[in-house]
Amino acid sequence: MSAMITLKNVSKWYGDFQVLTDCSTAVEKGEVVVVCGPSGSGKSTLIKTVNALEPFQKGEIIVDGMSVGDPKTDLPKLRARIGMVFQNFELFPHLSITENLTIAQERVLGRSKDEARQKGLHYLDRVGLKAHAAKFPGQLSGGQQQRVAIARALSMDPIAMLFDEPTSALDPEMVNEVLDVMVELAHEGMTMMCVTHEMGFARKVANRVIFMDKGAIVEDCAKEEFFGDIKARSERAQHFLSKILQH
Amino acid sequence: MMGFDFSQIGPALPGLMDGMVLTLKLLLLAVSGGVALGTVLALMRLSSNRLLSGGAKFYVNYFRSIPLLLVITWFYFVVPLIFKWISGEFVAVGAFTSCLVAFMMFEAAYYAEIVRAGVQSISKGQLNAAYALGMTYGQAMRLIILPQAFRKMMPLLLQQSIILFQDTSLVYAVGLMDFLNTARSKGDIVGQPNEFLILAGVVYFVISFGASTVVKRLQKRLAV
Amino acid sequence: MNYNWDWNVFFKSTGIGKEIYLDWFISGLGWTIAVALAGWIIALALGSVLGVMRTLPNKWAARIATTYVELFRNVPLLVQLFIWYFLVPDLLPERAQIWFKQDLSPATSAYLSVVVCLGLFTAARVCEQVRTGIQALPKGQNYAAMAMGFQQAQVYRYVLLPQAFRIIIPPLTSEFLNIFKNSSVASLIGLMELLAQTKQTAEFSANLFEAFTLATVIYFVLNMSLMKFMGWVETRLRVPGMMGGAK
Repeated sequence: MSAMITLKNVSKWYGDFQVLTDCSTAVEKGEVVVVCGPSGSGKSTLIKTVNALEPFQKGEIIVDGMSVGDPKTDLPKLRARIGMVFQNFELFPHLSITENLTIAQERVLGRSKDEARQKGLHYLDRVGLKAHAAKFPGQLSGGQQQRVAIARALSMDPIAMLFDEPTSALDPEMVNEVLDVMVELAHEGMTMMCVTHEMGFARKVANRVIFMDKGAIVEDCAKEEFFGDIKARSERAQHFLSKILQH
Repeated sequence: MMGFDFSQIGPALPGLMDGMVLTLKLLLLAVSGGVALGTVLALMRLSSNRLLSGGAKFYVNYFRSIPLLLVITWFYFVVPLIFKWISGEFVAVGAFTSCLVAFMMFEAAYYAEIVRAGVQSISKGQLNAAYALGMTYGQAMRLIILPQAFRKMMPLLLQQSIILFQDTSLVYAVGLMDFLNTARSKGDIVGQPNEFLILAGVVYFVISFGASTVVKRLQKRLAV
Repeated sequence: MNYNWDWNVFFKSTGIGKEIYLDWFISGLGWTIAVALAGWIIALALGSVLGVMRTLPNKWAARIATTYVELFRNVPLLVQLFIWYFLVPDLLPERAQIWFKQDLSPATSAYLSVVVCLGLFTAARVCEQVRTGIQALPKGQNYAAMAMGFQQAQVYRYVLLPQAFRIIIPPLTSEFLNIFKNSSVASLIGLMELLAQTKQTAEFSANLFEAFTLATVIYFVLNMSLMKFMGWVETRLRVPGMMGGAK
């Protein structure tokens, strides 16, 4: 069986400036892959190419058998099958929590109001926020908003989840409530690709770790290997890890 | 469908030029007067004296809530009367003066808001520093605050003046021979009203568009 | 001062039928409101479409909208009105010309011209506000909506526009007030709206101070009530926790 997400020699330019260089990797079904690297290394851009939020100019990306770069691909349909969680949560501030959970289920998947509501509230309960269903995003803390965002993505019954630095905009005391939800999700066998600096999370649940620098994938190896012998890592990865792991 | 014939525009050019000169003269005087009065109003508005700031606030709100055309029409009737009361005898004031007064007083309300925002954007420390050097309020405003504020708000003042340039065409209402009115009457005389109207539109467009392009460039330069 | 104030003038007969001067003002106000509201509907609809066009990735859509805005913003309102009232009818097919110039009453043809003129003129200004509102939203909102599988039209309808319109209520309010004030140009093509009736009263009754004072008061009160109304709309649409520079 082929992988859930496959990237082959993906390159991307902004004008003359190359932001991604020949990136290749694959995420198998049920696998959790953590992508890390210094800021500006292209990791956020890379994860956004997977659901075509960022276009790329060269290479190929296959998600569940569909080619992302193919102009014939129905991108909204493809995106609806992949959940995504953003650094700044990106809940829709003009909609209540319940509406945030149901709007895409109704308008994109065509689910009935009742079904969407039931499903949304089910996941809201799972992230521990059922009591806040009638509130608006601006009334919740950052950590709560990010948990709602995860519930919103899960309500669409995604085949895989993309996380783009889900904890880096959070106050330190709120990081764990979000990570706990993500760990639980990983244990349930969700396919996940996570851009994050949380090495504790990577150690706990990742299958593989990808290290990026200057738009290229420098390391792509099993978690045990990545954290096992730091000295065996590339110089740039060592430098990055030494900074990150101090915290 | 009718065809257009622009052949009569050439001979009419000197007359049109006279109209444009009047438009620009009105604009220039109205801008100078409007900015001057607007600055006074802005300073009144920012003053701690309740009466002054209340009066300025009422003035600004009042003129901002009525149409310019109403002011032009009213002043056309009223300014001569006021002159008469002041001087005791009838003086022929003329449409130009009454329009100029109308524009100055009306635009002052808009300029006042721009100047107020400009002055408020200068940090309070500047005023304190000026006082600390022994300056009076008048000196601090004239030498320190207003020069900085005017530099900052120059693009907005110019933009408002471009709008005023277009609005001067409203003097048509009282029969003043500005550029638009000249074009209208020349066009009627030679039987080509549509051609002269198009010409007027093009001339206004070229001047306004050109000027706002320059202002936008200035804005970018100032932003750096 | 030797002016004789006479506030009873408004209840005096105009000498035409049973009308008193106050009737003229009431009918004038009616036309002013009818012009402004109809023009506003055009301006809001067209301006929103143009504003959206200016934010689309499609270069041509953006270019068309930009050209529209520049054109309608840089030609004086009065010139535009003359174009709609005098020039455009001459360009119509013969039958439509006869209809416009002969079949319609003078008031109706003037009304149509001024409504189209003010609608298209104000649309350029509404467009700029809508564009500013959309561009003020964080880019992540667009990403998040797309990531959930919304089509582009849905992204605007459910996510971007509801937020953008809430942000721009204050500047839209001032455009709404402007269209009432600008409707006074209709007096220059013979429509008997408020200003024209004021002028007529001043000339007929010779009580010009009273006439213009009443007109000013009416505009002032109209302005204040519309502002109150829009303030009420804004509070009605306010979302808890949104606005006030929240990101």
